[in-house]
Amino acid sequence: MSGLAWGALYGLAAGLVIAVAALIGVWGERKVAGRIQMRIGPQELGPFGLLQTLADTLKLVLKEDITPAAADVRIFRIAPLIVFAPIAMSFVIIPYASGFAPLDTSVGILFFMAVPAISVIGVLLAGWSSRNTYATIGGLRAAAQMISYELPRTLSILPFVLLAGSMRPLDIMDEWRWWWIPLTFIAFVVYFISSIAEVNRGPFDLPEAESELVAGYFADYSGIRWAIFMMAEYGGMVAAALFGAVFWFGGYLHLPGAFGVIMLIAMATLLAIGMIWVKWTFPRMRPDQLMGTAWKVLTPMALVQLVIIGVVIPWL
Amino acid sequence: MTAEIGSDACFTNRIDPGVDELVVNVGPSHPSTHGVCRVIVHLDGEVVTKAEPVIGYLHRGIEKMAENRTYLQVVPLTDRLDYVGSMYANWAYCRAVERLAGIQVPERAEYLRVIVCEMQRIASHMMSLGSAAADTGAATMFIYAFDQRERVIEAFEELCGARLTYNYVRPGGVSFEIPEGWTERVLQFCRDHREGLEQMDRLFFGNVIAKDRMKHIGVLSPEDAVAWGASGPVARGSGVNWDMRKHDPYSVYPRFDFDVPTGSNGDCYDRARVRLFECYESCRIIEQAISQMHPGPIRTPGLPRLLAPRPGDAYDHIESARGALGVYLVSDGSVRPYRMKVRSPAFCNLALLPLLAEGHMLSDLVVILGSLDPVFGEVDR
Repeated sequence: MSGLAWGALYGLAAGLVIAVAALIGVWGERKVAGRIQMRIGPQELGPFGLLQTLADTLKLVLKEDITPAAADVRIFRIAPLIVFAPIAMSFVIIPYASGFAPLDTSVGILFFMAVPAISVIGVLLAGWSSRNTYATIGGLRAAAQMISYELPRTLSILPFVLLAGSMRPLDIMDEWRWWWIPLTFIAFVVYFISSIAEVNRGPFDLPEAESELVAGYFADYSGIRWAIFMMAEYGGMVAAALFGAVFWFGGYLHLPGAFGVIMLIAMATLLAIGMIWVKWTFPRMRPDQLMGTAWKVLTPMALVQLVIIGVVIPWL
Repeated sequence: MTAEIGSDACFTNRIDPGVDELVVNVGPSHPSTHGVCRVIVHLDGEVVTKAEPVIGYLHRGIEKMAENRTYLQVVPLTDRLDYVGSMYANWAYCRAVERLAGIQVPERAEYLRVIVCEMQRIASHMMSLGSAAADTGAATMFIYAFDQRERVIEAFEELCGARLTYNYVRPGGVSFEIPEGWTERVLQFCRDHREGLEQMDRLFFGNVIAKDRMKHIGVLSPEDAVAWGASGPVARGSGVNWDMRKHDPYSVYPRFDFDVPTGSNGDCYDRARVRLFECYESCRIIEQAISQMHPGPIRTPGLPRLLAPRPGDAYDHIESARGALGVYLVSDGSVRPYRMKVRSPAFCNLALLPLLAEGHMLSDLVVILGSLDPVFGEVDR
């Protein structure tokens, strides 16, 4: 019983954290994009327009939840949750502070790689159940893309497993040394690019390519269900940034308590801004070029990195 | 087929039962059809096997409406043809009227027409480049291009009070004298604009993804360009050196020193880049025109409000941002045109879409459509 209670508490806390993270993520994206595009971005609601996203969310909640007549109703309705839930779950294994991760498991890395991958099923279902040609193409693109980028992304994390000799994030954090940064630089590049692709952000946002597919797999979604897709996208971005900050930037840098948390958030923010910057600078890739990048460039790069680590380890 | 509408419509709509073709209806309301173009696309996977543009969603019968208005009243109608380049349609129509009625235009008016039309070319190309970039997903390039366009529009607003439909070029001259200090602001814009163009060139055309997306996409051979009647940047992107300003000079263009940029590959990249370089040339022409212009009348004196040309016909064309824009007028001696026909470059260029899109992917289709730069006010008329 107590396990269930703790689980519910964690679920509630994680939900809150993600909601807040997504809200700030949307606001940050609009602000950064505004600066890049010689605009100001939201500024009217609250200090620096911080409450704009909250108002937008309220509007979305109040909007009519439309289900197309042709849609496969049950699947259509549950698909956003299948996309969102795994992303939300991935937050629990991140080591936020010294000696603290909500879910402290010996296979944390595996968990982070495997669980968010489930959301591809939701994307595929959303695209398919809409019974809309654009949505179907978007869903199929998303499935191909997310599965392909799973591989280089997983490979790019493995150097840390080799270096620390453990798949438990807290162990890796204990072992973390600053010279891991130059040593795993190739893996960082691979991770950064494939994370952007994994959460379907530009320049890899083909599944929702506005210029040809209008909105891709969620073209027929409205109101709160659409908002859940958005939350999943921004939640995925925040999780990827946190995870990247933990391993490549040293997370809380062995700092105790709140200092460590602030350090982690600061570095994750830097990574997230980098992702936003990339999105608003580059044009979108084409599906065949996207797959080529995953299989011909990123995967070999990640393998080279693994070999380098493998050669270096005996000398450490 | 008994499939009920709304259930499986898009999956049962197969043309050839042997090939699993997906038929996608793009438009008429779609983010990247540049207006109200509808394209019926046949897809094999994501590869376009056939693209069929359906036009007419913006048909307003402008040519027919012209028959019921006096020659002066038709000018505002021509504003609505190519609504991102109203000055051209004004000018092309006015040239046809002037030829029909034998009107001599004062020199200063010709210079003003050249200046506003070259500025219009910049504004139009900025919209084209911006939306072509947006078609590839580059949202920021779109804003940068529109920043430049906005400055031209502001200058036009100062000149004639309108931001889109100017009604500025009239038979026999232009409607307003330029405001004080306007030429200095235009010269300043020309200087700033060159910097803006360089910035855009680096931001977008130098980007490796943009090159991947646009090079070798929608290749148009020079022979096809000529055979299909393509003109403007679409033809010049294929290396066809054909510019009315140089090869059928009109107005005061022979007095200016400018080049005609041409591409070599005929792909989307070359078509877009030709537009970018044309903006440099437009800046050169504007600067020369301002330095050569002298004070004088801006309208033919003593021109009656009700023009009634002698019976006959006249055709004249100019180089618009989209190509050779021609207006054919027939007069029966009354105060209203008997017939008006517009030779629209956007229409001729759009006809190339099925030829160019075949064999490319769905993502390329919108890029190709954007590179043809159709404006549907002019396509549908």
